[in-house]
Amino acid sequence: MGKLKMITRGIIQENPTFVLILGMCPTLGTTISAINGMGMGLATTFVLILSNMVVSLIAGWIPSKVRIPSYIVVIASLVTILQLLMQVFVPSLYETLGLFIPLIVVNCIVLGRAEAFANRNTVLNSACDGIGTGLGFTLSLTVLGLVREVLGSGSAFGWKFLEGDGILAFVLAPGAFIALGYLMVLYNKFVKSKIQ
Amino acid sequence: MEYIILIISAVFVNNVVLSQFLGICPFLGVSNKVSTAIGMSGAVAFVMAISTLVTYLLQQLLVALQIEFMQTLVFILVIASLVQMVEIVLKKISPSLYQALGIFLPLITTNCCVLGVAIMVVSKEFTFGDQVHMLNLAQSVVYATACAVGFGLAMVIFAGIREQLELSEVPKAFRGVPIALVTAGILAMAFMGFSGLV
Amino acid sequence: MAKVSSFRNMVLCLFLICFVCSGLLAVVNALTQEPIAAVNLAKTNQSIAAVLPAFDNEPSQDQFDVMVGSDAIAVYPASLQGNLVGYAIKTFSNKGFGGRITLMVGFLPDGTIYNTSVVSHGETPGLGDKMDASKSNFSEQFKGVHPANFRLAVKKDGGDIDAITASTITSRAFADALKRAYEAYQLIEKTNEEEL
Repeated sequence: MGKLKMITRGIIQENPTFVLILGMCPTLGTTISAINGMGMGLATTFVLILSNMVVSLIAGWIPSKVRIPSYIVVIASLVTILQLLMQVFVPSLYETLGLFIPLIVVNCIVLGRAEAFANRNTVLNSACDGIGTGLGFTLSLTVLGLVREVLGSGSAFGWKFLEGDGILAFVLAPGAFIALGYLMVLYNKFVKSKIQ
Repeated sequence: MEYIILIISAVFVNNVVLSQFLGICPFLGVSNKVSTAIGMSGAVAFVMAISTLVTYLLQQLLVALQIEFMQTLVFILVIASLVQMVEIVLKKISPSLYQALGIFLPLITTNCCVLGVAIMVVSKEFTFGDQVHMLNLAQSVVYATACAVGFGLAMVIFAGIREQLELSEVPKAFRGVPIALVTAGILAMAFMGFSGLV
Repeated sequence: MAKVSSFRNMVLCLFLICFVCSGLLAVVNALTQEPIAAVNLAKTNQSIAAVLPAFDNEPSQDQFDVMVGSDAIAVYPASLQGNLVGYAIKTFSNKGFGGRITLMVGFLPDGTIYNTSVVSHGETPGLGDKMDASKSNFSEQFKGVHPANFRLAVKKDGGDIDAITASTITSRAFADALKRAYEAYQLIEKTNEEEL
């Protein structure tokens, strides 16, 4: 499998949100706007690429019974590094995303890729897989954020095109579930059927 | 009085699943049947109460040593080992309970509401009428348990609805997760009615 | 591929990983501590600059506390060429919908509110967060008013503030915070008069 294929696979055929249905908490919790969704996606991508690389490096000399705890320690450290860096470079985004940044540790996508891919592939391939999966995740979060922002606050990427309020429900909790549900329907209808 | 406010706020107003988006994976994954939903929530409540107790105490230690940056790493390790320990202890002392909860336990480590609530309890200020302060140990444990009850409540209601959904004719593209999400959205809307209660 | 697990290598491996990771985190933390403090200071300075006319001192260095009731309120006096141009007062209210809200309020020396800015809040996006100047013009109405002849309460409660639609609680909390800031200002004035 080529490197490019490895990257695009995570974006479409094995999109973490729409196909694997993983990492739902940040998907729903942070997508109030397109920018927030994208920020969360990129933060996760950062952890995903590095954790995939580190895991594929160290997998060879870790006894298999303490595999999972070791990966968790690696991922948690990477997340903490991310937290510290975000406080320096993007403090306002860090504040908006809040609790969901430390929660990347328990995002099933990260541990899932470490366990299912990185521990039996080369560093370079694992990095590609991390990029692909991460970008797929970022893409779906950005799209969901955009939909909620357009419907809920009448703006796109912070650019306001509608005076006054949008449909408030889409900014609040119920809208997150409903928007994602309908996006999944669209994905099933137009993308999934084409692939198969 | 503070305890009552805390419990109502955690169970209804700020329901972990439906308004804070924590623990969505098990919420969508193991809510096909009411009985499994109850089992899962029981296991979560168990782990959440103990892990909050331990992480609360550990946080005091981290603050005293001025190494708060180790929070994420320490908390997740505590939760992961606690889940393992609970599993081993349950197996020994109560095989029947282990049978009921056993299969759910390994899933709890990556359930973000456990880590989420543990972090929230030590970092967020809570409002009680005019007063705002951090939770003390007893309040933290009560809050964590109440969050777990809220999680359980959402799970059980949702499982009940999904059992009905199984029987109805759903368009092909909606089958499975999409219709579950839309249903959850409507349920979340119902829970929003509780806002302003405390 | 993974090694066979024995008690010794499992303990050794976990210990080693934890040791390396905590070491790494300590290094990153030490490196980022200063930049994070600088970012926070810059944020405070920014909100001070937003609520006061031009000044050339560093208000955050002259900061002092005023006790309003049992709460210490931070005051940042600003001056231009040695002449006082106003006080930025960091005030708060616990009556917000999502807990505490923190505001920076700028008072001119005569007690007129020059401007306000939101430092942090937990209000609902799309509703209560409209108190932020970037989200709606709610905060415009406080520019240039003097609390002595502007009742700091929402119109529903017999005051002069136009509340944010559907966010009376947030508006009340905003008024509460402003009141606290004005009390702090009055205390400063009182001490100044006593000194004269």
